Amino acid sequence: MSEHQPPAPTGERPSAATARETLADGEWHRMHPLTPLFKGGLALIIIAGIAIANLRDRLIAWFVDLFTPEEAQYDYSGGDPVDWVLQNNLIVIVLLSVLGLVVVLVLIFWFVWRFQQFRITGDHVEVRKGIVFRSHRRAPLDRVQGVNLTRPFPARIIGLAKLEVVGAGTDSNVELEYLATPRAEAVRTDILRLASGARAARLTAADAAAGVRSSDAAGSGTVAPGSARAQLVGSMNAGVNDLISGVDLADVEPESVVKIPTGRLVGSQLISSVLWLIFFGIIFGIAVGGVAIGSLIDGDPIGGFLGLGITLGIAIPMIIAIVGITWAQISKSLRYSIAPTPDGVRITYGLLTTVTETLPPGRIFAVEVTQSLLWRPFGWWTIRINRMSGKSAAQQSSGSAQQFSVVLPVGKRADVERVLALILPDAPVADIPLVWEHGILGPVEGDPYRTMPRRAWWRRPVSWKRHGFALTEFGLLLRRGIVWRKLAIFPLARLQGVSLSQGPIDRAQRVSGAQVHSVQGLITGYLSGLERDDALYLLDRVSSAAVAAAARDHTHRWGEYVTDAEGAQVPGYPVAGADAAAGVSGAPLPPPAPPVVQPAPPVAPPAPPVAPPAPPVVPPAPPVAPPAPPVVPVAPPVPPAPPAAPAPNGE
Amino acid sequence: MTQNPEIEPGIPAPLNSAEVTDRAALDQGTYPQLRTARSEARLELDGTWHQISPRYVVSQNVQNLIFIAVVLAVAAVLALVLHQTWAWIPAGVVVLITLITMVILPRQARAIGYMLREDDIVFRKGILWQRMIAVPYGRMQLVDITQGPLDRAFGISQLKMVTAAATTGVQIPGLTQTAAEALRDTLIEVAETRRTGL
Repeated sequence: MSEHQPPAPTGERPSAATARETLADGEWHRMHPLTPLFKGGLALIIIAGIAIANLRDRLIAWFVDLFTPEEAQYDYSGGDPVDWVLQNNLIVIVLLSVLGLVVVLVLIFWFVWRFQQFRITGDHVEVRKGIVFRSHRRAPLDRVQGVNLTRPFPARIIGLAKLEVVGAGTDSNVELEYLATPRAEAVRTDILRLASGARAARLTAADAAAGVRSSDAAGSGTVAPGSARAQLVGSMNAGVNDLISGVDLADVEPESVVKIPTGRLVGSQLISSVLWLIFFGIIFGIAVGGVAIGSLIDGDPIGGFLGLGITLGIAIPMIIAIVGITWAQISKSLRYSIAPTPDGVRITYGLLTTVTETLPPGRIFAVEVTQSLLWRPFGWWTIRINRMSGKSAAQQSSGSAQQFSVVLPVGKRADVERVLALILPDAPVADIPLVWEHGILGPVEGDPYRTMPRRAWWRRPVSWKRHGFALTEFGLLLRRGIVWRKLAIFPLARLQGVSLSQGPIDRAQRVSGAQVHSVQGLITGYLSGLERDDALYLLDRVSSAAVAAAARDHTHRWGEYVTDAEGAQVPGYPVAGADAAAGVSGAPLPPPAPPVVQPAPPVAPPAPPVAPPAPPVVPPAPPVAPPAPPVVPVAPPVPPAPPAAPAPNGE
Repeated sequence: MTQNPEIEPGIPAPLNSAEVTDRAALDQGTYPQLRTARSEARLELDGTWHQISPRYVVSQNVQNLIFIAVVLAVAAVLALVLHQTWAWIPAGVVVLITLITMVILPRQARAIGYMLREDDIVFRKGILWQRMIAVPYGRMQLVDITQGPLDRAFGISQLKMVTAAATTGVQIPGLTQTAAEALRDTLIEVAETRRTGL
């Protein structure tokens, strides 16, 4: 199984000694040799299942005969292929052909494995696979939306993991499946390091970290050199150890980790399952009631056993369904943890199938904090995000994809605040009251949210006082719902557009609907019945605010700016944050003033906040190569434009 | 709301002159006046709306006529040859709906407009049901020009902008060939300079 064939130039597996050696060396590497077994394993299980199902009676007969006395032998003659084989003395031929089949399968698996390779260069991650239909997928690293390390239960036992590099687009993921877990972790580190754009400075730090990890790995005997068998045994041991000891969080700061007590997690899901219970209870009531009424009308009361049978026959499947749904939810969220790493937020969850997602900064398009009515007495919240999942449309609607969008399954206010600080690190301090006091906890007198006017109340009869938006320098906040409280935050730096729609009834009421566009996800950005002037203000301001925010935002190459921070000043958010804290916090935000007056004022006041961040962008530009130069032309046009626009041109 | 072929001095040249390759081309042979709802409460923006070519209506109506002819032909074959007289009912409904769209189309076409602002492009359409969408230039991932056979005969084409959000699909129909190309070049140039992550 070692390399002596042309298509693999250097496929050296990392030994304990060379664990520090990076896999991101621009050479082609192979997956783990057991990969085809797990990928083709499903087909094998199905074939075995069909075979067993067909020979079921014979197997039962053998089994029964083993344990029954001689005189009570179960006489079986089913006329299945086994009888025919036995009668015609074809046992040798049959066994030989089975052996041949196994050899062919192993050969096929081996070829599949031979032809599956990956390569990580400075700018791309590439996977090529396939024998007849070859596929070669290459993804640019600066567009990486996240890296998911998934360990499905069977693969986890022998220490394998699937690495998924999330791309920006539909069906754009690059999957490296399967790798030994320590290798997968090393590859993940490499990809994130390269994607961050940080080269030499971060490399040394990463080396130090890798050194720590390699000593860990050596200690537990994870990576065994040499033969595939030794490797298999080693990874098997590591897998079992890992299963017992839980997910390794050694490389993150432990104090910032938000952990959910198991009791709360189970409780929250049980409360949610109350809804299911009510739903099934209604169906059950209707069914049993129907049967009872029917028997009464017929004048033929059902016997006790029959009635019991019908009741149980309906109730048991329903209870199984409820338990199943609840268990699936709980087991997915168990062992949840979220922690900051230098390369983004790392979220781990799952009891049997463990998923570790790494979300680099600036890959979150929308965040929503919600609370259902049943959770309110406990003060529990959940946080979901919109992000690029890189999956195809069919996969996106599946349950597992929705799991990827939950960042905090359940948490108290302190947890929510901590997670929000993690996933929106560049949110200015001035915006925090907007999120909690004014936003999530509902309308406060004089808050800057622009809500639905009283005359449009019938569009949201209960929540019209809450239904509205607030625009800050950092993001657009949508506050909705009173029974099901929701607050959505759309960071302006990644806002994709805004649209307004107004039908005849809207126009008669002088209101308009508004839709904020973000990538596909669970969070929708629709607001109905906004004051017409507020809606136009949104359309007018969002784009320029988005451009200004995007100019300040460098998260798509986050590492370059982090390294800058060590030497000089970070051009982006600290400046904006300080500015927001100093200048804007006193008078909360520009929004409250302009709505009444027509176009001229709304453009003017926000301009100063836009201007200050611009100059700091310019100085660091020369040292930083790729993203900075485009920033420079954007900034200057901003200040001159707004003052000039309304004055001479006001129509 | 007036149409102005020159770059107005009042507009602060939001796009640099280098970025706007051929701005006059956008307004050649288009409708002179945008049509909107009369109510004061309508959605309205300051700035110059660029409009689409009247040839769009002709092209669409020719297509609609061809469609009606095909529907009628099928119905006639069914009714006269195969003696399925019920075929006239669905055919009649389809033809009626198509005729209504043909009547409304000139009004609709006058309400379609786009505005190149400093940071974004705004697209609007509709009179009774008004819709406006603003897409920042930096978010544009792709600009696509499509042209059907009839469109080619009339020298118009459709321009489509794609962003990372599936819902922001902006499609501007009925641009003259030169306008579509000028707009595409402008958008791509501006998007280049304002490119951000996603």
